[in-house]
Amino acid sequence: MNATIVRLGMRSVFGRRRGVLLLILPVVLILLAVVVRALAGAGVGTGGDVLAALGLQVLLPLIALIAAASLLAPEIDDGSVVYLLAKPIPRMTIVVSKLTVAFGCTVVFAVLPILIAGFILAGGQAGFVLAFVLGALAGGAAYCALFTWLSTLTRHAVVIGLLYVLLWEGLIGGVVSGVRWVSIGWWTGAIAEAVSNKVQLVSPNLGAAYAVIATLVVLVGMAMLAARRLSGFNLTGDE
Amino acid sequence: MSTIALDHVSRWYHNVVAVNDVSMTIGPGVTGLLGPNGAGKSTLISLMSGFLAPSAGSVTLDDQQLWRNPDAYRKIGLVPEREALFDYLTGRQFVTANAELHKLPDPGAAAARALETVEMTEAADRAISTYSKGMRQRVKMASALVHDPSVLLLDEPFNGMDPRQRMHLMELLRTMGAQGRTVLFSSHILEEVEQVARQIEVVIAGRHAASGDFGAIRRLMTNRPNRYVLHSSDDRLLASVLIRDPSVRGASLRSQGGLDVEAGDFGRFAQVLPQLAREQSIRLLEVTPTDESLESVFAYLVAS
Repeated sequence: MNATIVRLGMRSVFGRRRGVLLLILPVVLILLAVVVRALAGAGVGTGGDVLAALGLQVLLPLIALIAAASLLAPEIDDGSVVYLLAKPIPRMTIVVSKLTVAFGCTVVFAVLPILIAGFILAGGQAGFVLAFVLGALAGGAAYCALFTWLSTLTRHAVVIGLLYVLLWEGLIGGVVSGVRWVSIGWWTGAIAEAVSNKVQLVSPNLGAAYAVIATLVVLVGMAMLAARRLSGFNLTGDE
Repeated sequence: MSTIALDHVSRWYHNVVAVNDVSMTIGPGVTGLLGPNGAGKSTLISLMSGFLAPSAGSVTLDDQQLWRNPDAYRKIGLVPEREALFDYLTGRQFVTANAELHKLPDPGAAAARALETVEMTEAADRAISTYSKGMRQRVKMASALVHDPSVLLLDEPFNGMDPRQRMHLMELLRTMGAQGRTVLFSSHILEEVEQVARQIEVVIAGRHAASGDFGAIRRLMTNRPNRYVLHSSDDRLLASVLIRDPSVRGASLRSQGGLDVEAGDFGRFAQVLPQLAREQSIRLLEVTPTDESLESVFAYLVAS
Protein backbone atom coordinates (compact mmCIF):
# COMPACT_ATOMS: atom_id res chain seq x y z
CA MET A 1 0.00 0.00 0.00
CA ASN A 2 1.20 3.51 -0.79
CA ALA A 3 0.26 6.35 1.56
CA THR A 4 0.46 9.01 -1.17
CA ILE A 5 -1.94 7.13 -3.46
CA VAL A 6 -4.32 6.59 -0.53
CA ARG A 7 -4.20 10.32 0.27
CA LEU A 8 -4.77 11.32 -3.36
CA GLY A 9 -7.57 8.76 -3.58
CA MET A 10 -9.36 10.24 -0.56
CA ARG A 11 -9.12 13.70 -2.12
CA SER A 12 -10.51 12.45 -5.43
CA VAL A 13 -13.50 10.68 -3.82
CA PHE A 14 -14.53 13.67 -1.74
CA GLY A 15 -13.42 16.25 -4.27
CA ARG A 16 -16.13 15.23 -6.74
CA ARG A 17 -19.83 15.84 -6.69
CA ARG A 18 -20.71 12.18 -6.52
CA GLY A 19 -18.98 12.20 -3.11
CA VAL A 20 -22.18 13.82 -1.80
CA LEU A 21 -24.07 10.64 -2.70
CA LEU A 22 -21.87 8.86 -0.20
CA LEU A 23 -23.49 10.96 2.52
CA ILE A 24 -27.07 10.92 1.29
CA LEU A 25 -27.59 7.16 1.03
CA PRO A 26 -26.61 6.25 4.62
CA VAL A 27 -28.74 9.08 6.00
CA VAL A 28 -31.73 7.63 4.12
CA LEU A 29 -31.11 4.19 5.65
CA ILE A 30 -30.85 5.54 9.18
CA LEU A 31 -33.92 7.76 8.80
CA LEU A 32 -35.90 4.83 7.45
CA ALA A 33 -34.75 2.72 10.39
CA VAL A 34 -36.01 5.39 12.76
CA VAL A 35 -39.39 5.52 10.97
CA VAL A 36 -39.77 1.71 10.93
CA ARG A 37 -38.79 1.50 14.60
CA ALA A 38 -41.38 4.16 15.46
CA LEU A 39 -44.13 2.42 13.50
CA ALA A 40 -43.35 -1.27 14.07
CA GLY A 41 -41.22 -1.25 17.22
CA ALA A 42 -37.92 -3.09 17.72
CA GLY A 43 -37.62 -6.60 16.33
CA VAL A 44 -35.54 -8.88 14.17
CA GLY A 45 -38.31 -9.66 11.69
CA THR A 46 -39.03 -6.28 10.12
CA GLY A 47 -35.56 -5.10 11.12
CA GLY A 48 -33.95 -7.93 9.19
CA ASP A 49 -36.06 -7.15 6.12
CA VAL A 50 -35.07 -3.47 6.13
CA LEU A 51 -31.38 -4.18 6.78
CA ALA A 52 -31.28 -6.79 4.02
CA ALA A 53 -33.38 -4.97 1.43
CA LEU A 54 -31.98 -1.50 1.91
CA GLY A 55 -28.68 -2.06 3.73
CA LEU A 56 -27.13 -5.08 2.07
CA GLN A 57 -28.83 -5.04 -1.30
CA VAL A 58 -28.87 -1.30 -2.02
CA LEU A 59 -26.64 0.77 0.25
CA LEU A 60 -23.66 -1.59 0.35
CA PRO A 61 -23.21 -2.19 -3.41
CA LEU A 62 -24.03 1.42 -4.32
CA ILE A 63 -21.56 2.94 -1.85
CA ALA A 64 -18.88 0.48 -2.96
CA LEU A 65 -19.66 1.34 -6.59
CA ILE A 66 -19.53 5.11 -6.06
CA ALA A 67 -16.32 4.89 -4.05
CA ALA A 68 -14.51 2.42 -6.30
CA ALA A 69 -15.62 4.03 -9.55
CA SER A 70 -14.59 7.54 -8.41
CA LEU A 71 -11.04 6.33 -7.90
CA LEU A 72 -9.65 4.89 -11.10
CA ALA A 73 -12.24 5.33 -13.85
CA PRO A 74 -12.03 9.16 -14.10
CA GLU A 75 -8.23 9.10 -13.93
CA ILE A 76 -8.04 6.50 -16.68
CA ASP A 77 -10.63 8.35 -18.72
CA ASP A 78 -8.85 11.72 -18.62
CA GLY A 79 -5.35 10.23 -18.75
CA SER A 80 -4.17 11.63 -15.40
CA VAL A 81 -3.57 8.07 -14.17
CA VAL A 82 -0.32 8.32 -16.10
CA TYR A 83 1.12 10.36 -13.21
CA LEU A 84 0.61 7.37 -10.94
CA LEU A 85 1.74 4.82 -13.50
CA ALA A 86 4.92 6.63 -14.64
CA LYS A 87 6.46 5.77 -11.30
CA PRO A 88 8.56 2.81 -10.18
CA ILE A 89 5.68 1.40 -8.15
CA PRO A 90 4.34 -2.16 -8.54
CA ARG A 91 0.90 -1.99 -10.14
CA MET A 92 -0.49 -4.21 -7.42
CA THR A 93 0.49 -1.53 -4.87
CA ILE A 94 -1.55 1.03 -6.80
CA VAL A 95 -4.57 -1.29 -6.92
CA VAL A 96 -4.30 -2.22 -3.23
CA SER A 97 -4.05 1.48 -2.29
CA LYS A 98 -7.12 2.37 -4.36
CA LEU A 99 -8.98 -0.64 -2.95
CA THR A 100 -8.11 0.44 0.58
CA VAL A 101 -9.66 3.87 -0.01
CA ALA A 102 -12.77 2.36 -1.60
CA PHE A 103 -13.13 -0.16 1.21
CA GLY A 104 -12.55 2.54 3.85
CA CYS A 105 -15.38 4.59 2.31
CA THR A 106 -17.59 1.51 2.22
CA VAL A 107 -16.95 0.82 5.90
CA VAL A 108 -17.71 4.42 6.92
CA PHE A 109 -20.67 5.06 4.61
CA ALA A 110 -22.26 1.59 4.38
CA VAL A 111 -21.11 -0.78 7.12
CA LEU A 112 -21.26 1.78 9.93
CA PRO A 113 -24.75 3.01 8.93
CA ILE A 114 -25.89 -0.65 8.76
CA LEU A 115 -24.56 -1.06 12.31
CA ILE A 116 -26.41 2.06 13.50
CA ALA A 117 -29.61 1.15 11.65
CA GLY A 118 -29.32 -2.39 13.03
CA PHE A 119 -29.28 -1.19 16.62
CA ILE A 120 -32.18 1.20 15.94
CA LEU A 121 -34.24 -1.57 14.34
CA ALA A 122 -33.35 -4.56 16.51
CA GLY A 123 -32.75 -2.90 19.86
CA GLY A 124 -30.17 -4.74 21.93
CA GLN A 125 -29.81 -7.79 19.67
CA ALA A 126 -26.03 -7.48 19.29
CA GLY A 127 -25.52 -10.88 17.63
CA PHE A 128 -28.14 -10.08 15.02
CA VAL A 129 -26.58 -6.72 14.20
CA LEU A 130 -23.06 -8.18 14.19
CA ALA A 131 -24.17 -10.73 11.59
CA PHE A 132 -25.19 -7.95 9.21
CA VAL A 133 -22.00 -6.02 9.91
CA LEU A 134 -19.73 -9.01 9.20
CA GLY A 135 -21.68 -9.86 6.07
CA ALA A 136 -21.44 -6.25 4.93
CA LEU A 137 -17.68 -6.14 5.58
CA ALA A 138 -17.09 -9.25 3.46
CA GLY A 139 -19.51 -8.17 0.75
CA GLY A 140 -18.16 -4.61 0.74
CA ALA A 141 -14.62 -5.85 0.15
CA ALA A 142 -15.73 -8.06 -2.74
CA TYR A 143 -17.85 -5.31 -4.31
CA CYS A 144 -14.94 -2.84 -4.09
CA ALA A 145 -12.60 -5.31 -5.79
CA LEU A 146 -15.13 -6.07 -8.53
CA PHE A 147 -15.88 -2.41 -9.23
CA THR A 148 -12.20 -1.43 -9.09
CA TRP A 149 -11.46 -4.01 -11.75
CA LEU A 150 -14.44 -2.77 -13.79
CA SER A 151 -13.00 0.76 -13.54
CA THR A 152 -9.76 -0.40 -15.14
CA LEU A 153 -11.71 -2.13 -17.87
CA THR A 154 -14.19 0.45 -19.09
CA ARG A 155 -15.14 4.09 -18.72
CA HIS A 156 -18.71 2.88 -18.22
CA ALA A 157 -17.87 1.17 -14.95
CA VAL A 158 -20.72 2.88 -13.08
CA VAL A 159 -23.37 1.82 -15.59
CA ILE A 160 -22.10 -1.75 -15.79
CA GLY A 161 -21.80 -1.89 -12.00
CA LEU A 162 -25.40 -0.69 -11.66
CA LEU A 163 -26.58 -3.27 -14.19
CA TYR A 164 -24.75 -5.95 -12.22
CA VAL A 165 -26.36 -4.90 -8.94
CA LEU A 166 -29.87 -4.25 -10.23
CA LEU A 167 -30.23 -6.83 -12.99
CA TRP A 168 -27.93 -9.68 -12.10
CA GLU A 169 -28.21 -9.65 -8.31
CA GLY A 170 -31.62 -8.06 -7.96
CA LEU A 171 -33.81 -9.22 -10.79
CA ILE A 172 -32.22 -12.37 -12.22
CA GLY A 173 -30.82 -13.50 -8.84
CA GLY A 174 -34.32 -13.29 -7.37
CA VAL A 175 -35.80 -15.53 -10.07
CA VAL A 176 -33.04 -17.91 -11.15
CA SER A 177 -31.66 -19.52 -8.01
CA GLY A 178 -28.44 -20.67 -9.70
CA VAL A 179 -27.34 -17.05 -10.02
CA ARG A 180 -26.95 -16.90 -6.24
CA TRP A 181 -23.79 -18.99 -6.50
CA VAL A 182 -22.16 -16.22 -8.50
CA SER A 183 -23.57 -13.18 -6.76
CA ILE A 184 -21.74 -11.14 -4.11
CA GLY A 185 -25.04 -9.97 -2.61
CA TRP A 186 -26.15 -13.50 -1.91
CA TRP A 187 -22.76 -14.46 -0.43
CA THR A 188 -23.09 -11.47 1.88
CA GLY A 189 -26.44 -12.81 3.04
CA ALA A 190 -25.03 -16.31 3.51
CA ILE A 191 -22.21 -15.00 5.72
CA ALA A 192 -24.67 -12.96 7.81
CA GLU A 193 -26.89 -16.02 8.23
CA ALA A 194 -23.96 -18.11 9.41
CA VAL A 195 -23.09 -15.61 12.15
CA SER A 196 -26.56 -15.39 13.71
CA ASN A 197 -29.42 -17.85 13.41
CA LYS A 198 -31.85 -14.96 13.74
CA VAL A 199 -30.88 -13.79 10.27
CA GLN A 200 -32.76 -15.63 7.55
CA LEU A 201 -32.10 -14.31 4.09
CA VAL A 202 -30.86 -16.84 1.57
CA SER A 203 -32.74 -19.84 0.42
CA PRO A 204 -31.51 -22.27 -0.65
CA ASN A 205 -28.61 -21.70 1.72
CA LEU A 206 -25.25 -21.42 -0.02
CA GLY A 207 -23.20 -22.29 3.04
CA ALA A 208 -20.90 -19.91 4.79
CA ALA A 209 -17.73 -21.72 3.73
CA TYR A 210 -18.61 -21.36 0.06
CA ALA A 211 -19.54 -17.69 0.55
CA VAL A 212 -16.29 -16.87 2.37
CA ILE A 213 -14.12 -18.66 -0.19
CA ALA A 214 -15.99 -17.10 -3.11
CA THR A 215 -15.58 -13.65 -1.53
CA LEU A 216 -11.84 -14.19 -1.09
CA VAL A 217 -11.47 -15.45 -4.65
CA VAL A 218 -13.24 -12.35 -6.00
CA LEU A 219 -11.20 -10.03 -3.76
CA VAL A 220 -7.82 -11.44 -4.73
CA GLY A 221 -8.73 -12.32 -8.31
CA MET A 222 -10.19 -8.92 -9.18
CA ALA A 223 -7.23 -7.11 -7.57
CA MET A 224 -4.83 -9.18 -9.65
CA LEU A 225 -6.81 -8.59 -12.84
CA ALA A 226 -6.93 -4.85 -12.13
CA ALA A 227 -3.15 -4.75 -11.53
CA ARG A 228 -2.61 -6.70 -14.74
CA ARG A 229 -4.83 -4.25 -16.58
CA LEU A 230 -2.93 -1.23 -15.19
CA SER A 231 0.43 -2.71 -16.12
CA GLY A 232 -0.78 -2.85 -19.70
CA PHE A 233 -2.15 0.68 -19.69
CA ASN A 234 -2.01 2.36 -23.10
CA LEU A 235 -1.41 6.09 -23.09
CA THR A 236 -2.90 6.47 -26.54
CA GLY A 237 -6.05 4.50 -25.70
CA ASP A 238 -7.14 1.03 -26.69
CA GLU A 239 -8.56 1.84 -30.09
CA MET B 1 23.64 9.04 -19.86
CA SER B 2 20.78 7.01 -21.24
CA THR B 3 19.84 5.79 -24.68
CA ILE B 4 16.46 4.79 -26.02
CA ALA B 5 16.59 2.37 -28.92
CA LEU B 6 13.77 1.43 -31.27
CA ASP B 7 14.55 -1.61 -33.35
CA HIS B 8 12.23 -2.25 -36.31
CA VAL B 9 9.25 -1.12 -34.27
CA SER B 10 5.76 -1.29 -35.70
CA ARG B 11 2.50 -0.61 -33.97
CA TRP B 12 -0.88 -1.21 -35.46
CA TYR B 13 -4.42 -0.90 -34.16
CA HIS B 14 -6.47 -3.61 -35.84
CA ASN B 15 -5.81 -2.90 -39.51
CA VAL B 16 -4.53 0.66 -39.07
CA VAL B 17 -0.76 1.04 -38.96
CA ALA B 18 0.28 3.88 -36.63
CA VAL B 19 4.03 3.26 -36.68
CA ASN B 20 5.66 1.33 -39.47
CA ASP B 21 9.05 -0.39 -39.06
CA VAL B 22 10.81 2.47 -37.27
CA SER B 23 14.38 2.11 -36.07
CA MET B 24 16.03 4.99 -34.27
CA THR B 25 18.37 5.64 -31.39
CA ILE B 26 17.81 8.61 -29.11
CA GLY B 27 20.92 9.53 -27.17
CA PRO B 28 21.98 12.35 -24.82
CA GLY B 29 21.16 15.86 -26.00
CA VAL B 30 17.94 17.30 -27.34
CA THR B 31 16.17 15.44 -30.13
CA GLY B 32 13.15 16.85 -31.91
CA LEU B 33 10.52 14.43 -33.15
CA LEU B 34 8.96 16.24 -36.05
CA GLY B 35 5.94 15.33 -38.11
CA PRO B 36 2.52 16.54 -39.14
CA ASN B 37 -0.49 15.84 -36.94
CA GLY B 38 -1.42 12.17 -36.99
CA ALA B 39 2.02 11.08 -38.17
CA GLY B 40 2.55 8.76 -35.20
CA LYS B 41 4.57 11.04 -32.91
CA SER B 42 2.40 10.38 -29.86
CA THR B 43 2.41 6.67 -30.58
CA LEU B 44 6.22 6.74 -30.68
CA ILE B 45 6.39 8.65 -27.38
CA SER B 46 3.97 6.17 -25.81
CA LEU B 47 6.19 3.33 -27.01
CA MET B 48 9.31 5.08 -25.65
CA SER B 49 7.68 5.72 -22.28
CA GLY B 50 6.51 2.12 -21.81
CA PHE B 51 2.84 3.02 -22.21
CA LEU B 52 2.30 1.05 -25.38
CA ALA B 53 3.44 -2.39 -26.45
CA PRO B 54 5.07 -2.58 -29.86
CA SER B 55 3.18 -4.90 -32.22
CA ALA B 56 6.57 -5.86 -33.66
CA GLY B 57 10.16 -5.00 -32.85
CA SER B 58 11.60 -3.82 -29.54
CA VAL B 59 11.83 -0.59 -27.57
CA THR B 60 14.57 -0.46 -24.95
CA LEU B 61 16.07 2.01 -22.52
CA ASP B 62 19.71 1.18 -21.88
CA ASP B 63 19.08 -2.34 -23.21
CA GLN B 64 16.08 -2.95 -20.93
CA GLN B 65 12.64 -3.50 -22.38
CA LEU B 66 10.28 -0.66 -21.54
CA TRP B 67 6.93 -2.42 -21.81
CA ARG B 68 5.60 -3.64 -18.43
CA ASN B 69 8.74 -2.44 -16.68
CA PRO B 70 7.80 0.12 -14.00
CA ASP B 71 11.40 0.29 -12.73
CA ALA B 72 12.32 2.15 -15.92
CA TYR B 73 10.46 5.20 -14.58
CA ARG B 74 13.34 5.87 -12.18
CA LYS B 75 15.14 7.20 -15.26
CA ILE B 76 12.21 8.62 -17.23
CA GLY B 77 10.36 11.89 -16.85
CA LEU B 78 7.27 12.07 -19.03
CA VAL B 79 5.28 15.15 -20.04
CA PRO B 80 2.17 13.81 -21.76
CA GLU B 81 0.18 15.85 -24.25
CA ARG B 82 -3.14 15.46 -22.45
CA GLU B 83 -3.82 18.24 -20.02
CA ALA B 84 -5.68 16.43 -17.28
CA LEU B 85 -3.98 16.73 -13.94
CA PHE B 86 -5.20 16.28 -10.39
CA ASP B 87 -7.16 19.50 -10.51
CA TYR B 88 -8.20 19.36 -6.87
CA LEU B 89 -4.57 19.74 -5.74
CA THR B 90 -2.37 22.81 -5.76
CA GLY B 91 0.64 22.80 -8.04
CA ARG B 92 2.94 22.23 -5.07
CA GLN B 93 0.84 19.37 -3.68
CA PHE B 94 0.81 17.73 -7.11
CA VAL B 95 4.56 17.95 -7.66
CA THR B 96 5.25 16.88 -4.05
CA ALA B 97 2.97 13.86 -4.55
CA ASN B 98 5.00 12.96 -7.64
CA ALA B 99 8.19 13.24 -5.57
CA GLU B 100 6.69 11.01 -2.87
CA LEU B 101 5.65 8.43 -5.45
CA HIS B 102 9.29 8.35 -6.57
CA LYS B 103 10.19 7.77 -2.89
CA LEU B 104 12.60 10.71 -2.87
CA PRO B 105 14.22 11.36 0.51
CA ASP B 106 12.96 14.96 0.79
CA PRO B 107 9.88 15.29 -1.46
CA GLY B 108 9.08 18.85 -0.35
CA ALA B 109 12.54 20.15 -1.25
CA ALA B 110 12.60 18.25 -4.55
CA ALA B 111 9.19 19.69 -5.47
CA ALA B 112 10.30 23.22 -4.57
CA ARG B 113 13.39 22.79 -6.77
CA ALA B 114 11.38 21.49 -9.71
CA LEU B 115 8.81 24.27 -9.39
CA GLU B 116 11.56 26.85 -9.31
CA THR B 117 13.15 25.35 -12.42
CA VAL B 118 9.92 25.91 -14.35
CA GLU B 119 9.29 29.30 -12.70
CA MET B 120 6.11 28.22 -11.00
CA THR B 121 7.04 29.00 -7.41
CA GLU B 122 4.71 31.98 -7.18
CA ALA B 123 1.61 30.16 -8.39
CA ALA B 124 2.53 26.87 -6.69
CA ASP B 125 0.02 27.22 -3.87
CA ARG B 126 -2.97 27.83 -6.11
CA ALA B 127 -5.31 25.03 -7.15
CA ILE B 128 -4.38 23.50 -10.51
CA SER B 129 -7.99 24.05 -11.66
CA THR B 130 -7.22 27.80 -11.77
CA TYR B 131 -4.12 27.41 -13.99
CA SER B 132 -3.80 28.57 -17.58
CA LYS B 133 -2.75 26.13 -20.28
CA GLY B 134 0.85 27.31 -20.08
CA MET B 135 0.94 26.96 -16.30
CA ARG B 136 -0.44 23.44 -16.53
CA GLN B 137 2.28 22.64 -19.01
CA ARG B 138 4.93 23.92 -16.62
CA VAL B 139 3.54 22.00 -13.66
CA LYS B 140 3.54 18.86 -15.80
CA MET B 141 7.16 19.66 -16.60
CA ALA B 142 7.97 20.10 -12.88
CA SER B 143 6.36 16.76 -12.08
CA ALA B 144 8.49 15.11 -14.77
CA LEU B 145 11.70 16.73 -13.51
CA VAL B 146 11.18 16.20 -9.81
CA HIS B 147 13.24 12.99 -9.61
CA ASP B 148 16.04 14.36 -11.78
CA PRO B 149 15.56 11.82 -14.60
CA SER B 150 18.19 11.03 -17.21
CA VAL B 151 15.51 10.80 -19.90
CA LEU B 152 12.87 13.41 -20.54
CA LEU B 153 10.05 12.71 -23.01
CA LEU B 154 7.70 15.54 -23.94
CA ASP B 155 4.69 15.27 -26.22
CA GLU B 156 3.94 18.58 -27.94
CA PRO B 157 5.24 20.59 -24.96
CA PHE B 158 4.91 24.00 -26.63
CA ASN B 159 1.19 23.69 -27.29
CA GLY B 160 -0.73 26.45 -25.59
CA MET B 161 2.32 28.35 -24.37
CA ASP B 162 2.72 32.05 -24.91
CA PRO B 163 5.93 33.26 -26.59
CA ARG B 164 7.70 34.06 -23.32
CA GLN B 165 6.88 30.66 -21.80
CA ARG B 166 7.90 29.04 -25.06
CA MET B 167 11.31 30.73 -24.97
CA HIS B 168 11.75 29.72 -21.35
CA LEU B 169 10.89 26.08 -22.03
CA MET B 170 13.23 26.04 -25.04
CA GLU B 171 16.03 27.36 -22.84
CA LEU B 172 15.19 24.76 -20.22
CA LEU B 173 15.29 21.92 -22.76
CA ARG B 174 18.61 23.16 -24.13
CA THR B 175 20.03 23.23 -20.58
CA MET B 176 18.74 19.71 -19.90
CA GLY B 177 20.33 18.49 -23.11
CA ALA B 178 23.62 20.22 -22.32
CA GLN B 179 23.63 18.48 -18.93
CA GLY B 180 23.83 15.17 -20.76
CA ARG B 181 20.19 14.18 -20.40
CA THR B 182 18.38 12.43 -23.20
CA VAL B 183 15.62 14.86 -24.09
CA LEU B 184 13.06 14.07 -26.78
CA PHE B 185 10.15 16.30 -27.64
CA SER B 186 7.60 16.13 -30.40
CA SER B 187 6.26 18.97 -32.46
CA HIS B 188 4.56 19.57 -35.77
CA ILE B 189 6.23 22.96 -36.17
CA LEU B 190 9.61 22.89 -37.85
CA GLU B 191 10.69 26.32 -36.64
CA GLU B 192 10.00 25.22 -33.07
CA VAL B 193 12.10 22.10 -33.38
CA GLU B 194 14.87 23.89 -35.16
CA GLN B 195 15.36 26.34 -32.32
CA VAL B 196 15.93 23.68 -29.69
CA ALA B 197 17.10 20.40 -31.12
CA ARG B 198 20.42 19.51 -32.63
CA GLN B 199 19.11 16.20 -33.79
CA ILE B 200 15.84 15.85 -35.66
CA GLU B 201 13.83 12.71 -36.38
CA VAL B 202 11.07 13.19 -38.92
CA VAL B 203 8.06 10.88 -39.03
CA ILE B 204 5.43 11.01 -41.71
CA ALA B 205 2.44 8.67 -41.89
CA GLY B 206 4.01 6.32 -39.35
CA ARG B 207 7.27 6.01 -41.22
CA HIS B 208 10.69 7.30 -40.20
CA ALA B 209 11.22 9.76 -43.04
CA ALA B 210 14.43 11.55 -42.12
CA SER B 211 16.99 11.68 -39.38
CA GLY B 212 19.88 13.96 -38.85
CA ASP B 213 21.45 17.20 -37.72
CA PHE B 214 19.07 20.14 -37.87
CA GLY B 215 21.54 22.07 -40.02
CA ALA B 216 21.39 19.47 -42.77
CA ILE B 217 17.61 19.33 -42.69
CA ARG B 218 17.40 23.10 -42.57
CA ARG B 219 19.55 23.40 -45.69
CA LEU B 220 17.18 21.05 -47.44
CA MET B 221 14.40 23.39 -46.47
CA THR B 222 15.98 26.73 -47.27
CA ASN B 223 14.95 27.01 -50.88
CA ARG B 224 11.59 25.50 -50.25
CA PRO B 225 8.69 27.91 -50.70
CA ASN B 226 6.51 28.22 -47.61
CA ARG B 227 3.07 29.73 -47.47
CA TYR B 228 1.79 31.77 -44.56
CA VAL B 229 -1.42 33.55 -43.75
CA LEU B 230 -0.82 36.89 -42.01
CA HIS B 231 -3.26 39.15 -40.28
CA SER B 232 -2.06 42.62 -39.36
CA SER B 233 -3.23 46.13 -38.61
CA ASP B 234 -2.46 47.14 -42.23
CA ASP B 235 -2.36 44.17 -44.60
CA ARG B 236 -1.92 46.28 -47.76
CA LEU B 237 1.11 48.16 -46.42
CA LEU B 238 2.60 44.94 -45.07
CA ALA B 239 2.19 43.30 -48.49
CA SER B 240 3.98 46.16 -50.19
CA VAL B 241 6.98 46.10 -47.84
CA LEU B 242 7.22 42.31 -47.81
CA ILE B 243 7.27 42.03 -51.59
CA ARG B 244 10.36 44.24 -51.67
CA ASP B 245 12.28 41.72 -49.58
CA PRO B 246 14.13 38.96 -51.47
CA SER B 247 12.88 36.29 -49.02
CA VAL B 248 9.32 36.79 -50.27
CA ARG B 249 8.19 35.41 -53.62
CA GLY B 250 4.63 36.56 -53.55
CA ALA B 251 2.05 38.33 -51.45
CA SER B 252 -1.64 38.66 -52.16
CA LEU B 253 -4.51 40.19 -50.23
CA ARG B 254 -7.30 37.86 -49.21
CA SER B 255 -10.83 38.97 -49.97
CA GLN B 256 -11.97 38.22 -46.42
CA GLY B 257 -9.04 40.12 -44.90
CA GLY B 258 -5.50 38.96 -44.27
CA LEU B 259 -2.59 38.28 -46.49
CA ASP B 260 -1.26 35.19 -48.26
CA VAL B 261 2.52 35.21 -48.39
CA GLU B 262 4.86 32.79 -50.12
CA ALA B 263 8.33 32.89 -48.63
CA GLY B 264 11.27 31.53 -50.59
CA ASP B 265 13.70 31.53 -47.68
CA PHE B 266 11.76 30.88 -44.50
CA GLY B 267 14.78 31.47 -42.25
CA ARG B 268 15.23 34.98 -43.53
CA PHE B 269 11.49 35.55 -43.74
CA ALA B 270 11.12 34.70 -40.05
CA GLN B 271 13.74 37.34 -39.25
CA VAL B 272 12.60 40.15 -41.54
CA LEU B 273 8.86 39.87 -40.96
CA PRO B 274 8.87 41.30 -37.40
CA GLN B 275 11.59 43.77 -38.37
CA LEU B 276 9.65 45.19 -41.32
CA ALA B 277 6.43 45.29 -39.35
CA ARG B 278 8.11 47.24 -36.58
CA GLU B 279 9.69 49.73 -38.98
CA GLN B 280 6.30 50.43 -40.56
CA SER B 281 4.47 50.44 -37.20
CA ILE B 282 2.30 47.58 -38.40
CA ARG B 283 0.89 45.34 -35.70
CA LEU B 284 1.12 41.65 -36.53
CA LEU B 285 -1.99 39.89 -35.27
CA GLU B 286 -1.48 36.42 -36.64
CA VAL B 287 1.21 34.50 -38.53
CA THR B 288 0.10 31.00 -39.49
CA PRO B 289 1.90 28.58 -41.77
CA THR B 290 -0.90 27.11 -43.88
CA ASP B 291 -1.59 23.41 -43.51
CA GLU B 292 -0.94 22.93 -47.15
CA SER B 293 2.50 24.40 -46.80
CA LEU B 294 3.19 22.25 -43.74
CA GLU B 295 2.23 19.09 -45.53
CA SER B 296 4.24 20.09 -48.54
CA VAL B 297 7.26 20.79 -46.34
CA PHE B 298 7.17 17.24 -45.10
CA ALA B 299 6.47 15.86 -48.54
CA TYR B 300 9.47 17.82 -49.78
CA LEU B 301 11.62 16.34 -47.02
CA VAL B 302 10.64 12.82 -47.99
CA ALA B 303 11.27 13.50 -51.64
CA SER B 304 14.73 14.85 -50.81
